[in-house]
Amino acid sequence: MYTNGYIFRYAAIMVIIAAAVLSTAAMFLKPFQEKNMAIEKMGGILISANIEGIETENTIEMFNQYVVEELVVDQDGKIVESFTEGKKETAKAFGLNLKTQLYKKSQGENFELPIYIIEKDGEKTYVFPLRGVGLWGPVWGNMALGSDFNTIKGVTFDHKGETPGLGAEISTSAFEEQFKGKKIFDENGNFKSIKVVKGGAQTLPANQQIHGVDAISGGTITSVGVNDMIDNVLQGYLPYIQKEK
Amino acid sequence: MSKETKEREPLFSPKNIKLLTGPINVTNPITVQVLGICSALAVTAKLMPAIVMSISVLVVMAVSNVVISFLRNGVPPRIRIIVQLVVIATMVILVDQILKAFVYDVSKQLSVFVGLIITNCIIMGRLEAFAMSNKPWPAFLDGIGNALGYGVILIVVAFFRELLGSGTLLDMQVIPQGLYDFGYVNNGFMILPPMALITVGVIIWIQRYYTRELIEDN
Repeated sequence: MYTNGYIFRYAAIMVIIAAAVLSTAAMFLKPFQEKNMAIEKMGGILISANIEGIETENTIEMFNQYVVEELVVDQDGKIVESFTEGKKETAKAFGLNLKTQLYKKSQGENFELPIYIIEKDGEKTYVFPLRGVGLWGPVWGNMALGSDFNTIKGVTFDHKGETPGLGAEISTSAFEEQFKGKKIFDENGNFKSIKVVKGGAQTLPANQQIHGVDAISGGTITSVGVNDMIDNVLQGYLPYIQKEK
Repeated sequence: MSKETKEREPLFSPKNIKLLTGPINVTNPITVQVLGICSALAVTAKLMPAIVMSISVLVVMAVSNVVISFLRNGVPPRIRIIVQLVVIATMVILVDQILKAFVYDVSKQLSVFVGLIITNCIIMGRLEAFAMSNKPWPAFLDGIGNALGYGVILIVVAFFRELLGSGTLLDMQVIPQGLYDFGYVNNGFMILPPMALITVGVIIWIQRYYTRELIEDN
């Protein structure tokens, strides 16, 4: 009684209806979702710079209050755009897609990267967004450096879908707190990045420990991903940092 | 109709009421049928995600039960499971998108578990066992009933886990600071998944003790 023709027609119509419903919903909900993602991005930038009291409702306001300048720098460390007036979320730096820019970097092409300068109590903090790969998908975050461009004031990490309890621990404060006070340059001014060390930073030689943090047990691939992300992205900022130091 | 005297069944006939209340106690999907345990363990560390998860499952279950019930006479039996899955998956993606748009924080906490509603055996089970052979209204009640039965357990488990594990309810501190000063500490073990299983076990125990129908003869 149910011919093959009927079954095929039935399946085809059902799938088309489902697709229509879903794409309509996606279109209507996109602006709301994008706003949420922008708020999350702003929150991450502010938290890495140790700004306190951030709630979902006041993030945009706080972002405009504390971020004094947004820079776009190119591969030679030249400032392409400096944004100081107007709504901070409309700046070119904020709209820059880190993924595309880092791809260009890996291909040896010209690229542009954003920097956020945050001022609190007359002290300037430079926030560098990061992006890399973990075990299951992308990992990203922000690193805030003091005005010496060497000492880390704070970091935030987040991830798409690292293993809960293992790799996903990178976004916990226990992991992030370790980075505070670490340095990315040694005394001679050589770039050292921050090593995420399996077995713990105390296994490093004493003079290297200031450049290392403990990796996460059971989350080695994610830890290595974070390690490579910091190194790779900071390399991109290095020309700018060397110039400003 | 051969019998003209046959009256329409009232919307809330005793039989229909039973569809609604049965799953909350004697046919509870979690404690009696032991279905949907994995999500019950995963999202009950805090009360808020448990509530949102319960509401999401309620919506998905009620709507897909009704949709499948309307389609039940046209669905070719050979692809009925696929049809059920398409309906559930569509609903789940919709719910996920809506959560992402309006309660972004919670949707981040629930992360993959919203997507995993698709594989929640309670939903597939009710579609296959009930909605495929019943009219839309009873199917709707059955969906609501089962989702409530699922949600009640989730919320009870989450209540105890958050209270004892973090000392908070809905992220508000309820255990007074004075108690901590006396040396009380939060039980970190409550936050881990094994304690959810034990809490569910305790609920099953209490339920079996008080519910006559569930007491086995020997």
